[in-house]
Amino acid sequence: MTSVDDISRARGGVAPPARGSTARRASPGPVVRRSRRGYDGWWPVLFVLPTMFGVVLFYLWPIVQTGYFSFTEWGAFGGQTWVGTENYARLASDPDLGTAVVNTLVYTAIVLLGIPIAMFVASLLSRPGMRFTAFYRVLYFMPYVAMPTAVAMVWRLIFNGDFGVLNWALGLVGIDGPAWTSTPGFALVAVSIVGLWTSLGFAIIILSAGLKTIPPELYEAASLDGATPWRQFRSVTVPLLTPSVFFVTVITVINGFQLFDLLYALMGQGNPAIQETQSLVYLFYNEAFLRNDKGFAAAIAMVILLIVGAVTLLQFRMQRRWVTYA
Amino acid sequence: MPDTALTVAAPAAAATAPVPRRGSRHGSNAWAHVLLAAGGVVMVFPFVWQLLTSLSTNAQVMSVPPVFWPGELQWGNYAEVFSKLPFLQEFWVSVSITVARTVGQLVLCSMAGYAFARMRFPLRGVLLALVLSILMVPSQVYLIPQYQIVSGLGWLNTVAGIAAPGIFSAFGTFLMMQFFKGVPDSLEEAARLDGANPFQVFARIMLPLAGPSLGALTIITVLWSWNDLLWPLVVSTRAESMPLAAGIATFAGRTTTDYTVMMAASVLAMAPILLLFVVMQRRVIDGLAHSGLK
Repeated sequence: MTSVDDISRARGGVAPPARGSTARRASPGPVVRRSRRGYDGWWPVLFVLPTMFGVVLFYLWPIVQTGYFSFTEWGAFGGQTWVGTENYARLASDPDLGTAVVNTLVYTAIVLLGIPIAMFVASLLSRPGMRFTAFYRVLYFMPYVAMPTAVAMVWRLIFNGDFGVLNWALGLVGIDGPAWTSTPGFALVAVSIVGLWTSLGFAIIILSAGLKTIPPELYEAASLDGATPWRQFRSVTVPLLTPSVFFVTVITVINGFQLFDLLYALMGQGNPAIQETQSLVYLFYNEAFLRNDKGFAAAIAMVILLIVGAVTLLQFRMQRRWVTYA
Repeated sequence: MPDTALTVAAPAAAATAPVPRRGSRHGSNAWAHVLLAAGGVVMVFPFVWQLLTSLSTNAQVMSVPPVFWPGELQWGNYAEVFSKLPFLQEFWVSVSITVARTVGQLVLCSMAGYAFARMRFPLRGVLLALVLSILMVPSQVYLIPQYQIVSGLGWLNTVAGIAAPGIFSAFGTFLMMQFFKGVPDSLEEAARLDGANPFQVFARIMLPLAGPSLGALTIITVLWSWNDLLWPLVVSTRAESMPLAAGIATFAGRTTTDYTVMMAASVLAMAPILLLFVVMQRRVIDGLAHSGLK
């Protein structure tokens, strides 16, 4: 055991001193393979090259290209001409950008409302002696694994203004429901509800895992001090769960800014309300591949990058204020 | 039940205090079940509704008040899926891109992750930083050039074109690197002493240990490949060369009134993944939680 540890400590490639074991000295061959600086020769090239090739070709270089494209205009038959900051100027005065930013923020905010719900469900699932938890986890997690475009189809029926089951249920309590997916405003709420429904399971799973890491002794101690269950939840569960809540929040916000699939599938092509309901990614898709204005679309992509970067940075900055690391 | 309560509470200094608390908690799980079941009904209702409408007639779907049980089940809606959509072709595309991306990522990400975690070579830090920098970049930023590459290769409307960029993954590389970092040095060094070359060490010693991480990467890649919409929509324009996610969305755009066939197609499209999930739910959930928390 000690000799193996010695070898690993001597990773610089220097042959390990044969402390009391002459047998080791007999086969120093493989150990000396590392060069004087400790490099592993050509092997890492074999291991890393395929991934580096794909990453550079399909990701890194395209990022640089998109940055360049955002300063160009695309001709009808290909070819780009440099137009300076014209795309960005056009974007700044485009009312669609503001609409898309607000819609994306509203969607993200509504989906974030799922986190307190998930916290509640996770704490119910982690009650001592709770049974059928595997069954409940399957129920709540199913929307997360289901194909968004496929579940959007049934939500379109549920939200239908004329014969949807939601408006029928609202009618029972005397509310005359709108044509959800084709009325501006309501359409965004409908998309957000489906988004919340989809992402709830993920939050529950992460928060459940977080709850498991809270040592039960803390609850024992709290109850010995006479803390009520509510007080225990507030003073033990909530602070110790904040790292998990932070993680879920960051992921939810990043995913929220990527809203596209649900919006596209739920509203369908040719929906009159799409312009008022579009998200940032939809705006990008529309300009890049439907209107074929790729220079302008590249500028939108850069703006999305900027916004997502800024929001994520802000979240990590604010982390200190509310996240407790034990 | 009191026995377990006592054994659980035994390590506590004052064994008497926690017992009644635990007892009362057990007693009040009934309302927790009521709440969880009520929420569960809301979560599952869309799936049930989808199944029911896929077996109804269009007249029943559009009737007010809604018909909850279709009576005579219209299995013919499922047969119609195959005549109204190129369903089998789309299914085949979905399977192909999912397999290609998953196998590709498992091989490439585990190798690169291993090298970044455990090998030393010039520019290691720079290359790693380059790979990880992609993690923060939204996909729209590289979508247009990716489209140009695929289109330039003549790969539009092909499985290769849809699958290609997704075979490489910065996230997968990061996930595998995190795993390999945690393996103790001793195993690797012992194998090296026995004369194994780095590839043998990787394939025979390290990979077998990586089962749970490889499983998590498989789950994430399969889910994403099967369900992803934006990229397939961009590089495939013909219905028969789209994966199901894009096929369903564009079919719905073409025909807005054929609700029952649309529902049947949607059920068939998500059934494979949902069945896999229900069968392997523990591994899927643990895999996602595990990779998420890393």
